[in-house]
Amino acid sequence: MEIGERDPVTGQVTTGHEWNGIKELYTPVPRIVFFFLATTILFAVCYWVLMPAWPLGKTYTKGLLGIDQKTSVDRLVKDATLERSAWTQKIDQMDFAAIQADPSMMKIVEETGHTLFGDNCAACHGTKATGGPGFPNLTAGIRLWGGDPKTILETLRVGINSTHPDTRTSQMLAFGRDGVIDSKQLADVVAYVRSLGGTTDGLDADPQSIAAGQDVFKQNCIACHGDDAKGKRDVGAPDLTDNNWIYGGDLQSVTTTVYGGRQGYMPHWEQRLSATQRKILALYVLSLRKVPQ
Amino acid sequence: MLAQLTSGERQLSIVVLILMAMVGLAMAAAGRGDPIGVHGFIVVVASVAMIFVMLSGLYAPEPSAERLDHYYDDPSKVGVILTMIWAMVGMFFGVWVASLLAWPDLTFDAAWASFGRLRPVHTSGVIFGFGGNALIATSFHVLQRTSRARLPDQFSPWFVLLGYNLFCVLAATGYFMGVTQSKEYAEPEWYADIWLVIVWVVYFAIYIRTLARRKEPHIYVANWYYMAFILVVAILHIVNNLAVPVSFGHAKSYSAFSGVQDAMTQWWYGHNAVAFFLTSGFLGMMYYYLPKRAGRPIYSYRLSIISFWGITFMYMWAGSHHLHYTALPEWVQTLGMTFSLVLLVPSWASAGNALATLNGAWHKVRDDATLRFMMAAAVFYGLTTFEGSFMAIRPVNALSHYTDWTVGHVHAGALGWVALITFGSIYCLVPALWKRERMYSAKLIEVHFWLAISGTVIYVFAMWNSGILQGLMWRTYNENGTLTYSFIESMVAMHPYYIARAFGGLLFLLGAITGSYNILMTIRGHSQAALQPSDDAPQRNLAPVAQPAE
Ligand code: HEC
Ligand code: HEC
Repeated sequence: MEIGERDPVTGQVTTGHEWNGIKELYTPVPRIVFFFLATTILFAVCYWVLMPAWPLGKTYTKGLLGIDQKTSVDRLVKDATLERSAWTQKIDQMDFAAIQADPSMMKIVEETGHTLFGDNCAACHGTKATGGPGFPNLTAGIRLWGGDPKTILETLRVGINSTHPDTRTSQMLAFGRDGVIDSKQLADVVAYVRSLGGTTDGLDADPQSIAAGQDVFKQNCIACHGDDAKGKRDVGAPDLTDNNWIYGGDLQSVTTTVYGGRQGYMPHWEQRLSATQRKILALYVLSLRKVPQ
Repeated sequence: MLAQLTSGERQLSIVVLILMAMVGLAMAAAGRGDPIGVHGFIVVVASVAMIFVMLSGLYAPEPSAERLDHYYDDPSKVGVILTMIWAMVGMFFGVWVASLLAWPDLTFDAAWASFGRLRPVHTSGVIFGFGGNALIATSFHVLQRTSRARLPDQFSPWFVLLGYNLFCVLAATGYFMGVTQSKEYAEPEWYADIWLVIVWVVYFAIYIRTLARRKEPHIYVANWYYMAFILVVAILHIVNNLAVPVSFGHAKSYSAFSGVQDAMTQWWYGHNAVAFFLTSGFLGMMYYYLPKRAGRPIYSYRLSIISFWGITFMYMWAGSHHLHYTALPEWVQTLGMTFSLVLLVPSWASAGNALATLNGAWHKVRDDATLRFMMAAAVFYGLTTFEGSFMAIRPVNALSHYTDWTVGHVHAGALGWVALITFGSIYCLVPALWKRERMYSAKLIEVHFWLAISGTVIYVFAMWNSGILQGLMWRTYNENGTLTYSFIESMVAMHPYYIARAFGGLLFLLGAITGSYNILMTIRGHSQAALQPSDDAPQRNLAPVAQPAE
């Protein structure tokens, strides 16, 4: 090694090379570098001895601790399930009324249901379950198919217009587009529907139009929505007399609904959520109800 | 610039451009109705435009032999300008995607403006567009100075620079059209990948040919790093992009790997892209411009050697730390984790070597924002590599993985290290290339420095907070043993941090714009007299004194 000049600042000599004015000092590697190198390598070697580490053809060194991520995760899942079984078993066995009457059980339902709902349902129904255009508000009563816990449980199991073989099926026909009623009848029946109490401005419409609309309604709509327009649970048709709209109660939205029809889609959860989870959700959804049914 | 090319080089350029135009035409014809057709069209337009440029200077007089007494810096000049353009483009898209995460409606309902398409425009724009051009421009400059040899010819540097930018344009325009291989940092499809291989081989050849003709007995450490960058990126790029196209008329291809092998190959590539593109190349930059600016010798030659080989060897193993707790066999994860830990030592040795080089020049660091850029870069390099090794530890990774912490880590490196060292180097390079005494405005460099630092700090702190919060929310159980928070609640909790991040990014972008203006004004030559250091020239007539590098 050629020895260059001495650097006044550090007292070290340079290597004697120079590149475009850049020189290098021949400072020895600080001891601490070797210390840390040795420490980290030592750690690595210990880790290799204890844990799965080096490939050996078709197999690998298993490590003295015999730890393996698959079995560890299986064990963790099993332990967690066991820990939860204290109350999941109760959920499975108790009937709805008994759970609803037990505050300690309902606390679990609310805590767990909240997360389950956020992860699975909030994307459509909203984080507070208040719905939005096209998605029903679940806090205002479960009225399409029925709000008793068993019915909700079934709705969750099979979905609505879903791919499940037992799916609930419902359809609001496209009366306008399919030419079942003409445009005057359409305007009339919309005026009638909007006068039933679901809107604030519904009674502002022309009374003659509303009266004509009542006839149209009798002829076309009561099969599903019922004589009193309060909806029918067996066909999933909504109550048109309350101010709880899925698609909106303004003139434009109701006209669009009756003209083009609607068919909401709710996925089925039988494969995605366990029976316990679905039961929790059914109870949770009910617990959210603001207005008594 | 054209007049510098010999008539042989001009003819060669035209032949190559005609060939490219023909390939482009074939792509456009075979790929009608497919994005590859649009790309063929872009290739044709770019080649034909360049043909016209070449024709305009075809009959210019032959350049004088005197040119050989100077380094060949024209490609570096264009490279610097392209670097700054890509910086502004890439960072603009960064600010956009950051804002999208805070205000998801900013997509204008257009497919091309959806998050999934804009994000790779940002990542490729800054990594390949900004970083890559900076590496090419500085590497040509450093290579010639430290070898005391001119670039071997005047055609291949242009081919590399412009060909590389064509690749970047194909990449970015492809993303807008939805073309992607779905491999992070390797999104461009097969034809763009093949083109990059050709460009890269020429790049490597330039390096080897210049080094072979060097007039210095030893190869300077900056060149080791640049060479490692070029060589390893070539290997990574080729292996990870092995794929079978659906047909020659389709942009789509299928990877040669599948399942966990695909994931492992991708992250072997991905992590080493960080190592050899974003670390090794920029260390090369640092090893030249930092001591040059500080006017100090490198603190320790021996430290340079052990950290170079440490980094080169250790990084290769670390990729699997991106796949902890996945289907990847645990032994591979173990190796990734342990090598990542050992890697910290050579990384810190490099950062320490840079900072110790500043001993005796700290007063300059205080007064000179350019040098301060490089000092801060070395500090961020140290911080980021520490953080990286820490996050590679499996239990830590269990918290950090899939959270914004990772994003914060990347940007501590990308903004704090890569961009700061680049800006520092460019502020040294621009006056040298355009023969100015100094940059147009020292004040604006100062402004840029503080915008960049505050932008980085805001960004990184926002992501640390949001990442750790996210990680904790995802693993918090209530006493019943079920999760306390739903995913969407963690999203809501992120919102303020996402706004802060977009703001930090905006500051950083403003810094880049300030820098671009300063560079523009320097080039236009307001204020100072021309300057020509007497020793800034290659040695022509001495026989090479090649010795093996130690
Ligand atoms: C893809 C969107 C979507 C998701 C996810 C979703 N729902 Fe629904 N859900 C709907 C729609 C739409 C309806 C109304 C169907 C209709 O209009 O006929 C509905 C209806 C319901 C009903 C029946 C309302 C009634 O009045 O009978 C219940 C109960 C319900 N959802 C609960 C849930 C729960 C609990 C979850 C989470 C496990 C969930 N939903 C997830 C879209 C969704
Ligand atoms: C075949 C059964 C059927 C008939 C007949 C029918 N409906 Fe419906 N209607 C439904 C169902 C089911 C829904 C709920 C659709 C959904 O939620 O996707 C519905 C929804 C509606 C809604 C939207 C309610 C909201 O909350 O937004 C309006 C309004 C409506 N129907 C009006 C009418 C009128 C007016 C007629 C007669 C012209 C009519 N329906 C006839 C089944 C029917």
